[in-house]
This record gives sequence, C-alpha cells and structure tokens, in this order.
Amino acid sequence: MTDYFLYFTLACYFGATVLWLAYFLAQRDSLYCWGAWTLAAGLVFHTLALLQRTWAYGYLPVASFGGALLLFGWVLVSAFLLFNWRYPIRVLGALVAPLAALIIYGALVSARGQETISPMLRGVWLLAHIGLTMGGIAALTLNFLGGIFYLIQERQLKAKRFGFFFRRLPSLSQLDTLNYWCLSIGFPLLTGGIVTGSIYAQHTLGRFWSWDPKEVLTLLAWLIYAVLMHERLTVGWRGRRAAWLAILGFLVLLVTFVGANLWVSGYHSFAQFGKP
Amino acid sequence: MNLLLVGLNQKTASLELREKLAGLIPDLPAAYLRLKEFPEFAEIILYSTCNRVELLCLAEDATAALERLRAFFSGAPDVSPEALSASLYQHQGAEAVRHLFRVAASLDSMVLGEPQILGQIKEAYRQATEQEATGPVLNRLLHKSFTVAKRVRTETGIGDHAVSVSYVAVGLARKVFGELAGLTVLLLGAGEMAELALEHLRTQGVGRLIVANRTLERGLRLAERYQGEAVSLEELEEQLGGADILISSTGSETYLLRRDQVRAAMRRRKQRPLFLIDIAVPRDLDPAINELDNVYLYNIDDLQEVAEQGWQKRRQEVARAERLVAEETVKFQEWLLTLEVYPTIIGLKEKAAAICQAELKKTLNQLGPISEEQRQSLEVLLNSVSQKLLHDPIIFLKRNHHRKNPHLELDLARRLFNLDQDRQTEESEEEES
Repeated sequence: MTDYFLYFTLACYFGATVLWLAYFLAQRDSLYCWGAWTLAAGLVFHTLALLQRTWAYGYLPVASFGGALLLFGWVLVSAFLLFNWRYPIRVLGALVAPLAALIIYGALVSARGQETISPMLRGVWLLAHIGLTMGGIAALTLNFLGGIFYLIQERQLKAKRFGFFFRRLPSLSQLDTLNYWCLSIGFPLLTGGIVTGSIYAQHTLGRFWSWDPKEVLTLLAWLIYAVLMHERLTVGWRGRRAAWLAILGFLVLLVTFVGANLWVSGYHSFAQFGKP
Repeated sequence: MNLLLVGLNQKTASLELREKLAGLIPDLPAAYLRLKEFPEFAEIILYSTCNRVELLCLAEDATAALERLRAFFSGAPDVSPEALSASLYQHQGAEAVRHLFRVAASLDSMVLGEPQILGQIKEAYRQATEQEATGPVLNRLLHKSFTVAKRVRTETGIGDHAVSVSYVAVGLARKVFGELAGLTVLLLGAGEMAELALEHLRTQGVGRLIVANRTLERGLRLAERYQGEAVSLEELEEQLGGADILISSTGSETYLLRRDQVRAAMRRRKQRPLFLIDIAVPRDLDPAINELDNVYLYNIDDLQEVAEQGWQKRRQEVARAERLVAEETVKFQEWLLTLEVYPTIIGLKEKAAAICQAELKKTLNQLGPISEEQRQSLEVLLNSVSQKLLHDPIIFLKRNHHRKNPHLELDLARRLFNLDQDRQTEESEEEES
C-alpha cells in the first residue's frame, strides 16, 4: 500500500514547523495564520491517510507501533487545533508542529509490525479504550509543552534576566491557565481510558487488572496527575510546581508508550498484539 | 521649487528660547496668516512640540525664503538675534525631507522611539490644512512622514522596549498576569514614582486601589484622587490577601514585609500570583521574598537595569530605522522630480496646440470657404500629428533616465523645443556679442 497521503501530511507538518518557528522568531501575525492553515491542511491529509488504511484493513490499524503513532499524531494535532481555536496560545504551535512532524516521520520509518490483530481485540469497548487514552495523552502532551514554556518564562522573571524567549512567550497566567485546562481535560479522559480498558479486560480475559508493565506505568502516571489535580483544586498549587509535576507525569507516559514496547513485553506491547 | 526647513530643538537651543518661539504657536491662525502673506512661500507648515519648533516650506527662491523664515522667528518677542542664529538649523531638499521623516519616526527625539511626537505632527498638519497653508507637495510629504513613522515602528524594535521605570513595571506585571483588568493594586506609601507607576497601571485597566500609608490622612487624599480606599499600615498583612500588585515606596528604615509574612499570605491567597515592586530606598521588602513560588519581587535597581537594557536595544535599532528613512527619502525625491517634469510637459503641449491653431488659421484663410466637416477633419489631423510627435518625448521625460543629474534632460528638452523664450534671446545676444 502506498502512503501518498502520509507523505503529504509529513510535508504539511514540516511546512507548518518552519512557518511556526518563523512566527516564533519574527512574531508576525501572517506567519501564524499560514502556520495554522498549513497544519490544518496537514490534518486533512492525515485524516485521509487514516481512512485509507482503515479501508484497506477493514479496521483502524493501531496494532503496530507505527500505527499507534499515526493515530496519536492525529489526535494531538486535532486537539491542538481545537484548543488553539478556543484559547489561542500561538507560540505553542512552535512545539506542536515539529512534534507532529516527528511523529509522522517516526510512523513512516518504524518497521511495519504485523497489523493483524486477533478478533478478541476488536470491538466498541476497545475502540473507546484507545480513543479515550489517546485523547487524554494528547491533552497531557499539550500540558507538558505548556509546562516547558511556563518554566522558561518563570525562570526569567525570577532571575530578572530577560533573554530571547521573554518577549516571545505569553504571560505566566496564560500559560498556567493552558496547563490547567489541559489537565482538567486530559485527566478525566485518561481515567476513562483506564476504566474502559479494565472493563474490557474483565469482559474478555476475566480480570480487570493484569499488572502488565504498561498498566503499572499508566497507573503511576495517573497517580501523579491525580495528585496534581487534587493539589490544584484544594490548596491552589500552580505555576512552577504544577509545571514540574506535569512534566514528570508526561515523562512516565512517554516511557509507557514508547519504552514499555521496546524493553518489556506484556499483552499491551505492540509486537505482542497478535497473541494475548 | 525647493523644500526648506528651519527650526531648533533641544540639542541646539535652551528651553527658554524654545519657549519663546513656541509662543508664536498658540495663536496659530494668526501665525499662518502672517506666513501666508509672504509671497516667497508656496506651501508652509509650522509645528512645535515640547522639544522643538520647526517651519517647513516649499519656495521658489530658496535664499529669499530662508531670509523670511529667519525673520519670522526673530519676530517672536524678547528674542535676541545672536542667540537665535546660533541655535537655528536649516535643511534643504532631501535633507529637509530626511529631517522631517526622522522627527516623525522619533529618531530625533530626546526619548528615542517615543510615540507622542507622531501625534503632535499629525495635529500640526491638521491645523495647517485648516488654514489652507499646505499644497500638493507638503500634503504628500506629511502623509509620507506618517507612513514612514509607522513603518519604523512596526519594522524595527525602536518602540518595543520600555525605557522608564514605571513602564518597565507595567510590562513585567503584564508578563505575570497577562491582562491587568480587574486586578487590585496595593500602594504602600506614596511617592512620585509610585504614583507614576499607578497611572500607567490604571491605563491598563487595573481595578481596585488600596492605599496603605503611615499617616492615614495623606493616604485618604491619594485614595480619593484615584477612587480607591485607604487603610492603615497595620492592616498590611491582611490586605495582602486580596491584592495582586503591590507598589511600595515608604521611608521606612526596616523591612515592612518579611518572607514569612508573605508566605503566610500566599497560602491564604491559594497561591494566586503576587507582583511586588519595591521602589523605596532603603528597601521596604525583604529580598528573600522573591524566593517564594508565584511571588515576583522587583526593586528599583532591577527596574532601572531593565530600563537601561531597553535603551540599549532601542539604540541598536536606530541603524535599521535610519536606513528605512534614507530609503523613503530617496523615494520622495524621485516623486518630487517627476513633479518637476510636469511644467515642461504642459509647456510642450501648449506650444504644440498654439502652433496647430496658428497653422490652421493660415490654411483656412488660403482655402476659402469649406464645410464644417472638412474643417473638423483638418483639426483632427493637426492634433493627431502633434500628439504622436510629442508622445515619445513626454514618455522620455517622465521616465527620467538621468538619475544623477535629473535637470540635465529637462533642460535639454526645454532648449530643444525652445520653451523658455527669454533664455533663447539671452543666449543669442551672448552669441552676437
């Protein structure tokens, strides 16, 4: 199967990266507009690529690492564009666009694993499990990126040294609001993902929880985010500490998503999908 | 036609002298009435700001017009001619254009890159047009100066960096809070600089104001002026719970707020960010407060350092701005030159029309009675021959190939078609003698 759409997507995301970085440097509104539209055009191709694959396989192919990356990239860009439309923090695109390009590139070069999955792993519950988890991770990724910006900006205001980033980054309050929003959307989605997953596991494997490495790590990340959410709501944790915790939580998720597939194997691992 | 500019500014003249000359301005209609009486000026505009008084005019005879301009300035009461001639500067042609552009773009200001000057020039231009003192050249020049100023502002960073302590404070507050609308300001003690910062904050739309002062009476006065409320210094810690920005400038010898106090206040505030500005010397606020999360403390030295950096950055942008001004000056000069071509083109057309008419008359006399239709055909014939013949010379003049010495071509064209009758006779007389 040829991946023309994917190459178009990659080209668009790459173009958006260039535009958005140029916007970050020059801070011209027109560059931002072009960047946003190029990213949106990339998303259209991305959608077409996913549809084409779904058509070819008869189901959404997420069994391989590349397939999962592809879906995740789609969710991330959609989430970002949706977010950017409602609550524009323009410079965030300068991180999202290159990340999206990287994800597509990763999906293209990663060895095509076996895309056939056992019939057991199809169904509405599983789709909900994957959708919710991916949506949650996408929101938490934005939270992570916002956290990085927050820490840079906070560092400059505290140290009273104003460098390259100071003028280009938005205010602390905007960045913190972004982080809070992403967390309050991402955390419930992730929770939903875990719950639907365990219900499905009970349904098919007869147990809610298997202590699979991926499950354990996700639980750890979930706990970190739960603490963050709780502290934010009760004692008003915000700013620097919240940003650090968001970054920590995301790193655990990253290990879960990437590392767990490479180093340890469980039934969640992409390579093991065929044989639960 | 020559563009001339005469004036003085803060670099060349004392404040006293500037004030006296600016005294010419309040009664602008009268000033313009006097200026328009002088036949030397084709178009004129007069503008003054707190740092400069300048007159810009378009005149046929540059020397006579310059004399007039100087005479106009010395017409101000109590001005000694020596002091005046020592401080007046004058620019002609491209230099005058460049000077106006630099003034409008605030490259010639005391505070480099300040935005007010453009507004002042716009206002002066409005008044000049009201008095019908300007014409096509100055209209275009002034409008051009507005766009140049705008280009300099948007394409260089000359106005981007705050250079005064109070602006710096507001800029930093914006980087912490984003929008300042609805925030509460707590003023601790009152001083000129604190009030200045407060003024800037208010233009950004901050909401409530609380004044805490040692003498409640003075605090009340200040609070009244800005529709705030006054509290006593003892309530400071309590008030910290509700305030977002604190500006401190008391004469206290000891710290008024310590780290622990602020830490406790932050807990009560549920960690909402707090921005503290300490412009008192000696300091009112414990520097260790800055170590707390979500608390940002700046003292006067910090702010001044940022302001100094702002100055440096503005100065770095000057070269780019000057380049832009030079570019626009050249463009304007080119436009002026095309303007100079028009009298010659009109002269050419008039001469052709006159010849056509004369020849037509002669021919009609010789032909005897002919029909109206035939007469019209003859006219059309003459007109189209003259138009086609003149077409190429006119295009040639408009293109103006000779950039370095543009008058050369114009002069040649005028001589070629003998458009200046007087000169022709002068030259032939010279030849005869």
